[in-house]
Amino acid sequence: MIKVEWLYWLIGLVFVVMAVQMAADRSNPKRWTSAAFWGLLGLTFPYGTGVANATAHNGDWTLPAEPLGVAVLALIGLAGFNFLGKGVPVTTTAEQRDASAKRLGSKIFVPALTIPLVAIVCASVLDESGLFESGKATLLGLGLGCVVALVVGMLVTGEKRLSVPIHSGRSMLEAMGSALVLPQLLAVLGSIFAAAGVGTQVGDIVNDVLPDDSKYLAVITYCVGMFLFTVIMGNAFAAFPVMTAAIGWPVLIQQMHGNEPAVLAIGMLAGFSGTLCTPMAANFNIVPATLLELKDQYGPIKAQLPTGIALLGCCTVIMSLFAF
Amino acid sequence: MIVLLGVVVVILGFVTRRNPVLVVGVAGIVTGLLGKMSPPEVLAAFGRSFADSRSVTVFAIVLPVIGLLERYGLREQARHLIGRLGRLSAGRFLTVYLLVRQVTAAFGLNSIGGPAQTVRPLVAPMAEAAAERSAGAKLPDRLREKVRSYSASADTVGVFFGEDCFIAIGSILLITGFVNSTYQQHIEPTQLALWAIPLAVCAFVIHGARLLLLDRQLEREMALAAAEHDLPLPEGADK
Repeated sequence: MIKVEWLYWLIGLVFVVMAVQMAADRSNPKRWTSAAFWGLLGLTFPYGTGVANATAHNGDWTLPAEPLGVAVLALIGLAGFNFLGKGVPVTTTAEQRDASAKRLGSKIFVPALTIPLVAIVCASVLDESGLFESGKATLLGLGLGCVVALVVGMLVTGEKRLSVPIHSGRSMLEAMGSALVLPQLLAVLGSIFAAAGVGTQVGDIVNDVLPDDSKYLAVITYCVGMFLFTVIMGNAFAAFPVMTAAIGWPVLIQQMHGNEPAVLAIGMLAGFSGTLCTPMAANFNIVPATLLELKDQYGPIKAQLPTGIALLGCCTVIMSLFAF
Repeated sequence: MIVLLGVVVVILGFVTRRNPVLVVGVAGIVTGLLGKMSPPEVLAAFGRSFADSRSVTVFAIVLPVIGLLERYGLREQARHLIGRLGRLSAGRFLTVYLLVRQVTAAFGLNSIGGPAQTVRPLVAPMAEAAAERSAGAKLPDRLREKVRSYSASADTVGVFFGEDCFIAIGSILLITGFVNSTYQQHIEPTQLALWAIPLAVCAFVIHGARLLLLDRQLEREMALAAAEHDLPLPEGADK
């Protein structure tokens, strides 16, 4: 049986290999701290196996969570105080890429399409086969898809050196910088909010205000709450655990027997509607404005705002009509 | 009530434009301590939830493949492909891009597009060119900004409301991870992805309609600008 932890080890290994390359890359002015960041991140993946085992009371080897917490704070320090740098990527020229695009034609899309194809086959056909750890077929499909796609990609392009994709991937990693771990850190923040009782606090306030048994008001509160909380936090991932613990789960699902996947999926999308409208979601709204050299840094938000509000309305209506 | 101060930390951090990683870290520590956790408990909470949310970062394994393909002209080939769409107005072109972005994201190819990868080099210049072609004149700066802003919006709306139809995406995994571990449920990613489809359709209809309306706005504003230029020039102005 293929276990999801093996995939985490593979990712950890990829990060560590890239970190070793970074340490040797003299074109990166912050090569030591960059290597420390990505190497440490890589090591958190196998170490996390032990922590996850301990949380799940798994009989396998276990490790304490506190050292991992220290490592996470170190990662936050390295990224937060600007210790990440990037090297000069070694890549092809525009002419070379044009030539190889002409030579390969649409064959170049084949490896890119292999990833979702393998992921979907694993999630649907092979899920029941017992080949994968139960409930993890999708995730493992993604990992497997990437490995297969890499092989296909090297065959299609005729690339023989494994160092080439690793280097290209590393350049993308360096370009993304700490944005790459931000979703994971926001998930951490979400669960700390949940553990500290932020969700229940918000839920108490909501319950004081919300009349009993009013399904529509509860739906509106959940959707609008997801929207507003996302506007404040800049990310639906951080808003989701809070609003779901406050109202989505206890009120909409437990009390009013809403359809679980419908409530949760639509609730998340109500948050996405909020992401369209907030400067806090800098990577989606402010970064494009700088990339496009706009004088008005809120240009993209202005273009998205009416759509975001209309979609919030759609979420509320669809959830009210179909989730109960 | 006092734990809500953690939320305030997040708001203040972003309003004052601190590094988001730092803001998240500080907010986490503050909230944990205010929630009556001891420092070792806060550390353990950081470690445990970081380990539990590793699935969110799994997408990084896509990077070497995409990097390899870009090196061999993936973007250039995409450009050729889009180039064949030929003579479209700006609004129609962006609507097509919105659809392509949604559909590819729904198949998990959400890193194919993006402000840096496609919007700046491809989509915005093509939309601008299309707008100038229909107007038969150069766009004034204000309209150029508008076309660029709408180009960025087509990409963002497309990826947001396409990717959730794909099962291996971060948000879907976050939902299953959170609910299955917090409430001991067995929700499958495919069930969630199914419920993202109606909203993907809504997003396409709403934003697509707004993109098509952009053509009319541009037309009107260009006509206005042209009318202004046709006004008789004041005496003595030699231009």
